[in-house]
Amino acid sequence: MFNLRFDENKCLACETHDCLTRCQYMAMDIPTAKAEMEKLIQGRESRVLHDCVTCYACEEYCPLGNHPFYLIVTRQEELDILPLPSPLIKRGVQMAIPFRGEPEIEPIAGRALNMGVFSMLVPHVQGRLFEDVTLMSTDSRKMFHYFCQLMYLHFGRTSVINERLEESIATIAAHGAREVIHFHDECYGTYASYAPAFGIDVPFKSVHLFEYLYERLGAMQDDIKPLNYKVAYQRPCSSRLSPDKHPFVDKLFDLIGVEHVQREFVDENALCCGSTIMGQRREGSRRFCLELQQKNIDDMKKAGAQLCVFNCPACMQTLGKPVADAGIMPIFMSDLCRLAIGEKSP
Amino acid sequence: MALAQYKYKDDIHRCFRCGYCKFPGDWSDVTNCPAYARFRMESYSTGGRLWLIRAWVNGELQWSEHLGRIVYACAACNNCVEKCPLSFSDDIVQMVVAAKNEMVELGLLPTPVKTYLQNVQLHGNPYGLAAKRRGEWMADLAVAPYDDQEFLLFVGSEGAYDSRAQQAARALALTLQAAGLSFGVLGKEETDDGNEVELLGEDGLAEMVAQQNIQTFQKKGVRKIVTFSPHAYNAFKAIYPKYGGRFEVWHYTQLLAQLMRKGAIKPAGAEAAKITFHDPCFLGRWHNEYKAPRQVLQAIPGVQLVEMARNKKSALCCGGGAGNAVIDLLGGSPDSPARIRAREAAATGAAVLAVACPNCLTMLEDAVKVEGLEDRLAVRDIAELIRP
Amino acid sequence: MDKIYSALTQIVGEDYVSNRPEELFTYSKDLGTSPPQFPEYVAAPRTAEEVSRIVRMANQEKVAVVPLGGGMTLAGLALPLRGGIVLDLKRMDRIIELNEKARYVVIEAGASHGKLTAHLHKHAPHLMHSEPGAPPAATIGGNLAIHGQGDLAHPYGFNSDMLNGLEVVLPTGEICRFGSCAIGCAWYTLHPLPDLGLFLGWNGSTGIITKVSLRLFPCKKFREMDIFVVEDETLIPDVLFALTHVGMAEDLVAWSSAIPPFANELHHISINITGDSKEEMEFKRRQIFDIKLSKYIRDGVGAIGAVAQPSERPQISKSADWKKGGGFEYVGSIMPVAAYPECYRRGAEISTRHDIPYTVLGRVIGAAHGMMFSWSYAFNRADDRSVQHARDALHETDDLVMELGGTIWKPAVFGQQLLMSRMDPNTLQMMKKVKTMLDPNGIMNPGNWEVA
Repeated sequence: MFNLRFDENKCLACETHDCLTRCQYMAMDIPTAKAEMEKLIQGRESRVLHDCVTCYACEEYCPLGNHPFYLIVTRQEELDILPLPSPLIKRGVQMAIPFRGEPEIEPIAGRALNMGVFSMLVPHVQGRLFEDVTLMSTDSRKMFHYFCQLMYLHFGRTSVINERLEESIATIAAHGAREVIHFHDECYGTYASYAPAFGIDVPFKSVHLFEYLYERLGAMQDDIKPLNYKVAYQRPCSSRLSPDKHPFVDKLFDLIGVEHVQREFVDENALCCGSTIMGQRREGSRRFCLELQQKNIDDMKKAGAQLCVFNCPACMQTLGKPVADAGIMPIFMSDLCRLAIGEKSP
Repeated sequence: MALAQYKYKDDIHRCFRCGYCKFPGDWSDVTNCPAYARFRMESYSTGGRLWLIRAWVNGELQWSEHLGRIVYACAACNNCVEKCPLSFSDDIVQMVVAAKNEMVELGLLPTPVKTYLQNVQLHGNPYGLAAKRRGEWMADLAVAPYDDQEFLLFVGSEGAYDSRAQQAARALALTLQAAGLSFGVLGKEETDDGNEVELLGEDGLAEMVAQQNIQTFQKKGVRKIVTFSPHAYNAFKAIYPKYGGRFEVWHYTQLLAQLMRKGAIKPAGAEAAKITFHDPCFLGRWHNEYKAPRQVLQAIPGVQLVEMARNKKSALCCGGGAGNAVIDLLGGSPDSPARIRAREAAATGAAVLAVACPNCLTMLEDAVKVEGLEDRLAVRDIAELIRP
Repeated sequence: MDKIYSALTQIVGEDYVSNRPEELFTYSKDLGTSPPQFPEYVAAPRTAEEVSRIVRMANQEKVAVVPLGGGMTLAGLALPLRGGIVLDLKRMDRIIELNEKARYVVIEAGASHGKLTAHLHKHAPHLMHSEPGAPPAATIGGNLAIHGQGDLAHPYGFNSDMLNGLEVVLPTGEICRFGSCAIGCAWYTLHPLPDLGLFLGWNGSTGIITKVSLRLFPCKKFREMDIFVVEDETLIPDVLFALTHVGMAEDLVAWSSAIPPFANELHHISINITGDSKEEMEFKRRQIFDIKLSKYIRDGVGAIGAVAQPSERPQISKSADWKKGGGFEYVGSIMPVAAYPECYRRGAEISTRHDIPYTVLGRVIGAAHGMMFSWSYAFNRADDRSVQHARDALHETDDLVMELGGTIWKPAVFGQQLLMSRMDPNTLQMMKKVKTMLDPNGIMNPGNWEVA
C-alpha cells in the first residue's frame, strides 16, 4: 500500500508553522502549532484532528512543500477521529462504486479533456475553445471509472483513495492521450500533488484547465471582446493542491477583460464554499457553514462583484444558488471564457 | 406469428405505461398526445400503442385494420419523446415508425395509408394529382426556375397542390421576391419530400423520392434550400444526409427573421392586433426552433402576440403529422386535435391564428370552420401575414 | 348486433366504446405482475348520468362493471376478474369549483392529479392538494378508491381523510351525494351525517366515485427537501418520532435501496421543508437539525445528507426502468412506525432471495400514527422468470406484513384473501352484508373484497 511521503524532520525544524498558524478556522500561535504538529507526527490525538474543516489550505500554506493536510487526514483515519458522521462516510464511499457497466475505451490521439465525475457538465466545454481536445468520461453512467477519489480527503479516508486510485489512473491512461486536461482541478491536484506525495505512478501528463484556457484564448486574442464585468472568484479547496496554477485565474481575467474585484477573502484567504462543513460532526457545523457562506457572499457584494466565477462544480452546487439569490450571477470559468469570444454559455 | 426482425424488440417492453407521454410541460391535461386526445382510450396513448405493437410483434395479437389505425394515428408530434423520463425516450416515435415498417413489409396497411403511399409513388404527391400540375401554384407569378440562384425554394406537395396551402406558398414567393432574395423553384421537377412517407414506414419509397430530389438538387448545383413546410425541413435536415444529400437548409420563418433583421423586409401593418401562434411540431419539438416564427410575427407593426396555454415544447399538435393531414385518422370529432386547438386559439381572444406549416394551415382552418369560429378567428400562414 | 355493445354506444357514443381485440388487450393488463384479465367491453363515459345508465343496464344484463382511473395501482385492482365492462373514467375530468376561501376544490373523479396540481399552480398558487406517490396520470377518484396517501400525509393523514364531499354512482345506478353537498350546501364538509364511509378503499366494489370535494392546504412559497441519513435502521423510529414532535416538515419519507450503491444499507429521511420566507425555512431547519437531531450528528450516527434540494411537484419517477425491464410492483402496508427496522431487514432478505435489488420506503402518516411502508420489486417484463420472481416476492411480502402485525394497503386479490382470512368474523359478515345490500347482483368490480 502507498504511504505518505512526509518529511518529519523538515516539519519539526520549521519556524513558522504556517500550516496551522495561518489556518482560517483554528486560532493558534506558533508554540501551540508546533506542539500540535508534534502530536500529529507522533500519531497522537490532537485538537487539529477534531477541528479541521478539511479545507486543504495548509497544503498551500506550508512553506516547505511538505504535506500537512495529507498528514492530518491520514491521522484522522488512523485514530478514527473522523470529520463527518459515519453514515455520510459510508454513503460517500459507496457513491463512487461503478454499477452501470464498463466504459468503452476509445483511443485518443492528441489531447484529452477529462470530465472526471462531471460528465453532465459537458455542455460547459463546447465551442471553439475546446475544438482541439477530445472529451473523456462523457457518459454519466460510467463516470465513476474516471473518479480521482480525492473527495475522500474530506472523509478521513486516504485508504479509499489509495485503494482505488490506480484503477482510475489505468482507465484514463488506457485512452492513450498525449496529455490530459482535467475539467476539475481536484483531478489535477490528484495527479499532480497527491499521487506523487503517496508514491503513486501516473503515466500521463496532466494539464490544469485554466492553463489550457489561457493557452487557447491566447491564440484567439483577436476574437476576444473584453467583457468588462466585475467578478469575484470562488477558489475551491482543491486549488490549494496546485497553487502554482492559481495565478492563471488573474491572467485569464486580464485576457478576457474582467475586473477581479478587491476583497478580503481572496487568493490564500479564500473561504471554503461550505459544502463539506455543512454535514460535519462538530457542534454547530450547520450554522457555522451558513455564517461562512454569508460572510463570503457579503464580501463579494461589498466588493461590487457582478459575477461569481466558479472553478469547482461542488462549489457551484453549494454556493451557486445563494450567490444568485444575492444578485450575483454564478458562472463557470469555461463559460465566462466562451462569452469573451462571443459564444453563448448553456 | 412473431416478427423477429422488429428493430426495437429488445427495448419496447421497457415502456411502463406511466402516462407521462400524455401531458404537456405543465401537466395541465392528459390530452397533449393528439391521438389520445381524440379517442381517449388507453390503446391510443403512446404507452398503449407501444404495448399493442409489442403484442403484435410477439404474436400475441393479430394485425387488423383497427390495429393499423391505432398505430397510424400517431402523428409523430414528439410530445411523448419530450415528456418520457426514461432513458430510451428518444426512440419512442421511432418504435412506432419501426412497427409501420413491418406493416409495410407485410402489406398490412389501413386503406388510406395504402392510397397515400401509392399516390406518392405514382404521382409524386399524396393527393394523387398529376405530377405535371405541380407547377400550377405559381402559374401567374413570375417565379424563376432554379438556375444557380442563392436559394432553392422547395414548395413541397402541400404548397404545390392544396388550394389553401397554394395561397400561402404564393404569398411566400412574393415576399421573398420583394425582399430581393435570389431564389428559384423547381416546378415540375420537384417531387414529394418523403418526410411523411418515411414516417408512414415506407423506407424504400422514402429513399426513392429522396434520391430523386437529391439528384435534381445536385444536378442543378443547389447549395441552400429554403422550405415552405417544416416537414420538408425535417426531411432535408434529418433524412437526406443518410442518402448523401447535404445542403444548407432553412425553414422560411428562419430566413424571414434574418431578412427582417437586415431590413430587407418591412412588413406592412397587421391584419389584426392580437395574433396567436401555433408551433408546428417539425419546427418546434423536432428542431427546437421556437424563436424565429415569433420574431417574425413580433416584427409586424401593431401585432400583439398572445400565447395559447400550451405552446412551444408543450404545443398540442394539429393532428396532421405522419400523413394524418391526408389519411385523416384523427378527424371527425369535437375531440379531434385540430378542433381542440382551434378552441384554444379562440380562447386567447386572438383574431388571427398564425401557423408556419401548410399541414397546420389546412387542418386548423378546417377546424375553425367546423367549430363555427370563422367569424372571430382567421387562420393565416406567417407568409401571408408578412406580405408587404 | 351485440345488445350490450349497442346499449353502450347509445349511452356514450360509438367513439368511446370498444369490443375490439386491441382495446380488450390493452385493458386486460395493468402495469404490475398480474396476469391479464380480459374485459368484453370498454367504455369511456363523460358524465355521472352516463355512468348511472351503464350501471343500470349492467344490472339488467348481469354483466360486471369495473371502474378504472389512471390504472396505476400496480396490484391489478381495476382488472376485470370476471370480464364485463371496463369503465375508463378519465374523460370525466372537469374541475367544477375552486373555492379559495373555504379551501376546497370540486373535481370530477377521472381528473388526473397532474391536472389538479397544474390548475392550482395557475389559479391558486397559495393552495395545494396532497399528491400521491404515483405518476401525475393517477386520478383523483382512483386514489380515493384505494385509500391513497401522499405528500401531505404527515400533517394531514390519508388522502381519504381530506374529503369534503363525494358523489357516487351506486352499484344499482342511483347517483348519491355525501357530505354537506347532499343537503344542497356547498361542498365544504363531509362530516357529520350523511357521511357513510362506504366507498373509500373498496376498490370500486361498492360504487363508482364520480365527483369529489378535496380539501386544499396552504402552499408555501419556498419548497425544499433536506435529507438526514443514518446507517443504523433501529434509529429510524426515534428520528421520526423526534421529527413528528417538532412538526416542522410537510412530508417525511424514510427510504433505503440497494441501487444506486450510495443508498445501500443506509437510511435516508427526506424532509420536505416549506416556508413563505427564508427566515421561516431557517427557523424550521434550526428546530430540526440544530435542536432535535443534533445529538445524532454529535454522536456521529446521523448526518445532514443534503439541504435545499429542489422539491418538484409532480414528482417524476424513473424507477420503473431500473432493470431495463419496464416494470415494478410493490406491496404497500400500513404499519406502526416502530416496525421500520424489521420491515427493512426482512424485506431486504426477500429481495436477496429473489435476486432483486431491494427498495423500501416508509412515509409517515399523521404524527407518526403510522407509516405506509412499501417493498418494491423491479422486474423485466420481457422475462417471465423475472416476473415470476417479483410475483413470489410480493406474496411473501404480503405474508410478512401479516407476520409483523401490519395491514396491507391496496392489497391485490392474494392480499385481500390473506386479510379476510384473519378478519374478525363479525366484521367480515358486516362487509358481506354491506356489499350484498349495495350490489345485489354482484356486478361491481367482482372478485375484489369478495367475502366467501
